[in-house]
Amino acid sequence: MRRFLVHLTTALGLIAFTNVALSDGTATLRQGEPISVEAEAPKMTKVENNDVKRVRNYPEQPPTIPHKTRSYEISLNANKCMSCHARTRTGESQAPMVSITHYMDRDNQVLATISPRRYFCNQCHVTQVEAAPLVENEFVDVEELLKGE
Amino acid sequence: MLTPFKKLWGLVYRIWSSANRPAKHLSIGFLTIGGFVAGVMFWGGFNTALEYTNTEEFCVSCHEMGDNVFVELKPTIHYSNRSGVRATCPDCHVPHNWTDKISRKMQASKEVWGKLFGTINTREKFQAERRRLAGHEWDRLKANNSLECRNCHSTESMDITAQSTRAAEAHQTFLFTGEKTCIDCHKGIAHELPDMTGVEGWK
Ligand code: HEC
Ligand code: HEC
Ligand code: HEC
Ligand code: HEC
Ligand code: HEC
Ligand code: HEC
Repeated sequence: MRRFLVHLTTALGLIAFTNVALSDGTATLRQGEPISVEAEAPKMTKVENNDVKRVRNYPEQPPTIPHKTRSYEISLNANKCMSCHARTRTGESQAPMVSITHYMDRDNQVLATISPRRYFCNQCHVTQVEAAPLVENEFVDVEELLKGE
Repeated sequence: MLTPFKKLWGLVYRIWSSANRPAKHLSIGFLTIGGFVAGVMFWGGFNTALEYTNTEEFCVSCHEMGDNVFVELKPTIHYSNRSGVRATCPDCHVPHNWTDKISRKMQASKEVWGKLFGTINTREKFQAERRRLAGHEWDRLKANNSLECRNCHSTESMDITAQSTRAAEAHQTFLFTGEKTCIDCHKGIAHELPDMTGVEGWK
């Protein structure tokens, strides 16, 4: 009987919680479309390829990629990004060198080649598209914060 | 039991001996025209055979090609793009020039040999040989100044103002000056790459 009561209260609690969450206007990919209706897919947007830097939101932010990266292979065999962004390649490619942090292991020891933890570039760096954000972004730049004081 | 065999042999003998005699009843004209027609038919057949070996269908008929390089080609721009122009295997791998074509075909018989002896008939074996095979293609394209790429992309028709800054700068500095050719910068444009350690320009 005690077991049953515990289960019952948990279940009721969960139902109440999901109800609140949904009525709270939590965004879903269906955007309120009934399950029996095929929702219209959003338009596909093109990847930005204008070679213009975007401002970083905070100093530690990995900069976004200002060019397309379609078919750029990053695998055990090859790293296409490093064929332009490696120190020795920047003369020809005129690309910014990956910063010194990319050559450091976790003990801040500087290595001769890209550190394994920085090998898969698109773990941190991403291309951009011109699209309306799905959820509102409440991030405030530290400069704005200081002005507001 | 022996009679049908004897009959057959007799027939063969008669045909042979008549063919072996000088052509008493056939005019010179018939011989020339006949020879010409036979020649045309032979050449045509040869041409058709070559035409067939020049299709994507033929290349992909070997699962070595189909399961490896072909599936890798599919997500790339040369398989599907906004212009609807498809580059097929022979566009990049067999020169359009007739004499070059024949010499390539002779090299292709080496591939048939490879097929028979299974040098690359599994994904693992293919990966292990990939650096060598890719090397052949790079050397060939380097030597002919990326001829196959230029059959479709010509530097004269390239409007660099319509290109991205990155592309325009690279092309202006190294391509138009003749310092480099397409394959120097565009390796891996159609397939996955082999192990690139030691290849110039790769880190
Ligand atoms: C053909 C050479 C080339 C390749 C390949 C390349 N890049 Fe770039 N990258 C550039 C150049 C040049 C710039 C400078 C801005 C511009 O021209 O787009 C740049 C800029 C960047 C920046 C912005 C740096 C900043 O300070 O804002 C990032 C991040 C970046 N690339 C990441 C990547 C990643 C990740 C890859 C692989 C998926 C890659 N790049 C592949 C040439 C290249
Ligand atoms: C673990 C996350 C991470 C990975 C993986 C990573 N980066 Fe970064 N990258 C950063 C951060 C954070 C910064 C900005 C701070 C810094 O320089 O360390 C940065 C900065 C950069 C910059 C700008 C350097 C400058 O001085 O302006 C370039 C270019 C870049 N990365 C390219 C790459 C490439 C190419 C790869 C893959 C080989 C890569 N990154 C992998 C996090 C990462
Ligand atoms: C009979 C099966 C078969 C067919 C059909 C075939 N290939 Fe191959 N191909 C092979 C084999 C096997 C190899 C590896 C040969 C070796 O190990 O040297 C190969 C190697 C290659 C290479 C590597 C470069 C080289 O010269 O070593 C290219 C490029 C290639 N084939 C393209 C093509 C194209 C294009 C076609 C269609 C015109 C085609 N192949 C049709 C079996 C085939
Ligand atoms: C059959 C004609 C043909 C051949 C041969 C060909 N290409 Fe292409 N290439 C195209 C087409 C079509 C496009 C896509 C154009 C578009 O819609 O943007 C393209 C696009 C490209 C792009 C742009 C990639 C991108 O992501 O925007 C590069 C780079 C390229 N080709 C290089 C090469 C190289 C290098 C070779 C030789 C190995 C080659 N091409 C051979 C027809 C060809
Ligand atoms: C010095 C190196 C270099 C050489 C040589 C070179 N390219 Fe490029 N090419 C680039 C770079 C860098 C880009 C931009 C990055 C990308 O598309 O990956 C590019 C982009 C392109 C594009 C896409 C243009 C765009 O605006 O996106 C095409 C098409 C192309 N190259 C074709 C060729 C052809 C064909 C040749 C030989 C006749 C050639 N390239 C030779 C470096 C080179
Ligand atoms: C747009 C040009 C292009 C097209 C189309 C193309 N290839 Fe390739 N192929 C190349 C280049 C360039 C290489 C040299 C290796 C590299 O850079 O990836 C290559 C390499 C190869 C190799 C050697 C092994 C390797 O992967 O490096 C084989 C085999 C091959 N191609 C077969 C094919 C077949 C089969 C098709 C058709 C399904 C095809 N290729 C279509 C350009 C092309």
